[in-house]
Amino acid sequence: MTDEYEHYEAIVVGAGPGGAAAAAALARQGVETLVLERGVDAGSKNVSGGLIYAEESAPYTIDDLFPAFREEAAERPIDEYLIHNIAGDKVKTFDLDRIHHHDTDWCDAVLRRRMDSWLAERVHELTRETGGGLLTEVRVNGLLREDGEIVGVTCDELDPIKADLIVAADGVNSELARDAGLMNWDEPEDWFQGVKAVVEMEPEVIDERFGLDGEPGAAHLFSGDLFETVRGGGFLYTNTDSLSIGTVFHLDSLAAERAEPHELLNALLTHPLLDQWLQGEYEEREYAAKLVPDSKKVAHPSPHQGRLLLVGDAGGQMQAQGPIIKGMNHAVTAGGLAAEAYADAKTRGDPAKAGELYERKLNSEGVMDQLRPSRYRATRAISESGVVTGVGSTLLNSPVGSAGLKALGGVAERAFNSPFLLGMVPDSRMSYVEIPIRIAEVLGEPIEGEGGTIEPPKLADRIGDLTYDVGDPHIELIDDSYAASGTAVTACPVSAEGFGGGCYRDERVKTNGEEKHLVSLDTQPCIECGTCAVVADTHWEHPSGGKGVEYKRG
Amino acid sequence: MNTLVLTKGVPDFREGKVSFDEDGHLERGKTPTVMNPNDKVALQAALQEKVRHGGTVSLMSMGPPGYKEVLREGMREVYADDLYLLSDREMAAADTWATAMTVTTGIATLEESPDLIVAGFKTADGETGHTGPQTMWCHHMNDRLPDRPLLTHVVALDIDMEEGRLRAKRLVSGDVDEIETVETDLPAFVVMDPEFEPSYRKADHRLRYKDLREETKARAEAFEDHLTMWNHEDLNLDPDFIGLDGSPTIVAGVDPIPKGPAEREATPVSPDDDEAMNEVLGELTPFAGGD
Repeated sequence: MTDEYEHYEAIVVGAGPGGAAAAAALARQGVETLVLERGVDAGSKNVSGGLIYAEESAPYTIDDLFPAFREEAAERPIDEYLIHNIAGDKVKTFDLDRIHHHDTDWCDAVLRRRMDSWLAERVHELTRETGGGLLTEVRVNGLLREDGEIVGVTCDELDPIKADLIVAADGVNSELARDAGLMNWDEPEDWFQGVKAVVEMEPEVIDERFGLDGEPGAAHLFSGDLFETVRGGGFLYTNTDSLSIGTVFHLDSLAAERAEPHELLNALLTHPLLDQWLQGEYEEREYAAKLVPDSKKVAHPSPHQGRLLLVGDAGGQMQAQGPIIKGMNHAVTAGGLAAEAYADAKTRGDPAKAGELYERKLNSEGVMDQLRPSRYRATRAISESGVVTGVGSTLLNSPVGSAGLKALGGVAERAFNSPFLLGMVPDSRMSYVEIPIRIAEVLGEPIEGEGGTIEPPKLADRIGDLTYDVGDPHIELIDDSYAASGTAVTACPVSAEGFGGGCYRDERVKTNGEEKHLVSLDTQPCIECGTCAVVADTHWEHPSGGKGVEYKRG
Repeated sequence: MNTLVLTKGVPDFREGKVSFDEDGHLERGKTPTVMNPNDKVALQAALQEKVRHGGTVSLMSMGPPGYKEVLREGMREVYADDLYLLSDREMAAADTWATAMTVTTGIATLEESPDLIVAGFKTADGETGHTGPQTMWCHHMNDRLPDRPLLTHVVALDIDMEEGRLRAKRLVSGDVDEIETVETDLPAFVVMDPEFEPSYRKADHRLRYKDLREETKARAEAFEDHLTMWNHEDLNLDPDFIGLDGSPTIVAGVDPIPKGPAEREATPVSPDDDEAMNEVLGELTPFAGGD
């Protein structure tokens, strides 16, 4: 039977920016490349906050690989980059111009359905010439092994396929990375969860309310006490005829505080600071969520095994440090380097060395140090410890600290703009919550708006606007006790305590006079973010090709 | 592997498209004509074999010149390399036998005799299911055409080009549905069951399918370049044996079957009427436990 398996020189799993970059670079080297994407269309499973960078120092950028990208696939360039430190009704805004432009060739706002499906068309054209091509609605569900060695992939919709190179660009919930034992869902502290609303707004209204003049748009970040004590922040990016407004939180904090992600998003949407832009009008086009790997902790230092190379989120390559959020550019670079590594290995007559060369390139090109800064590793043990946080917040709250902050307001703004310092930013409450609060309290001006002038949609309506045909249940709840899996109810972006229409719900069941607190699961409204796989006891896999959530904007 | 698919235009019976008069008779002039849905299944089967083995797919129909659009629809929505329309006033008002006679002559006039002829299960308007099998019957009476075994109710096809063999799964409905596997030599004639779904388990096949779908859409833009029209003279047919004159059966009358009266009373409620909706909920509440 083995001889009957199809064979392609390279298989790329996933048609996001990482997969697209790898496939395009492979095709340009003449490598016969097959790309398999499980969505009905590339981008239909994909969500990102919405900014893609092209770094000056990067060996590969998306427009190098796809020349008309900015004109045809992106929304608009982002020139202005501000962070709002918020405490109660006071706000202090810092201009993050320097960090935004540091090593930046350009930065564009994007919506992923449009972007990824555009990329996929180019990728199909390029790879088809090599004898491969791009297929949608095919879910790769695992690795094909022979004598313990990875030799190909297995799929729901196709017979197993062999390949000399397998690029796993299958996203944050990569089934291939897990099959290879290169990633797990064990620690909530390794992850962020992002939730986003795409909000309709006429182009001229956007320009007027954000003080823009045509092309370049703006990015606004939000930090401080608007999310109470949950560690994270918010963002707002201008698109062509919509806004991307979202929140990103540390999953461990979200879980520990039993916070409801959709409510945190609503807290941002209804905050007085947003009145100036929304002005009482709110038309939400899409609600979306995504798990985000914290590259500082989970970017795999050796993201390969045999013929398998991990690219992008699948390899934990998502840089989120303070106000810097960069994922897609690193995925593109990694994809390009993976292809380059394979071509080099082949030239040397040993394609099996591709993984090793890939790892070496990630290091020599400086990608790995951006993802896992040595400064962060060096200072993490001290800066994230309770003692330092305690001392820090005492100092911050003391009159001396306040005086210092006042005198050094400009320094604080510069500190936010320093890539060197940001590499050390600890993940403690102090950096995410207390520093922005103190900055706002000491330096801030009162916010003018009242807040609450818009009413965000109910969770049921948000879910109803997404399209589902999930097929067979793709998640199994192993332990349905509230103690083991209760956090799924709150942390799941489409579930909530007391909301019966979500993916997870908690219930009290009486059996033999005993009352049990249980969690039940209905995968129908699932948006495949993977949160429950981390915070609850589940067996989690993706739905089959073409099934499950379909994002129209992404 | 050259396949010929037979098709017919039918009224579009979908809700919102079909139009009936007060007496319940179809208003032909107000109802658009579309490709018979079962024939799309046949065309899918032909496309599957083209994907797997290469060759050509031809699509043939008999009908008024307006049926060009039906052929175009098949080309655009599924696939076709070439289109053939047998069209002539003399062919009009044919029953299934006269249609089979005409179509068989059309097949005999093709430059190359197809390896496989595929028909749909039955038409959405006439519903006889005769035309496929009768075409096969006429086939046997035509000296210019090879003998072909006839397989009906086919739900899966597997062709071995080297051996020139066809293996088919047939759906045998009964108290217990059964799948019968039969093998025969090519050339053959198959009638597809509506349950047939094409199967593409190889990446290469899916990629070729994708290519062919793109090509056929482009071809449908200029479909007349790929269309051959034949009248009775082109086919060298005697008008006495085709159309109305060649039809041994005529439909003597059509009686709509009146629908039985509804047994339950229905009260229409607008979803915007909160008060009425609350009453509905009140009525439903006692059953919420699933009893």
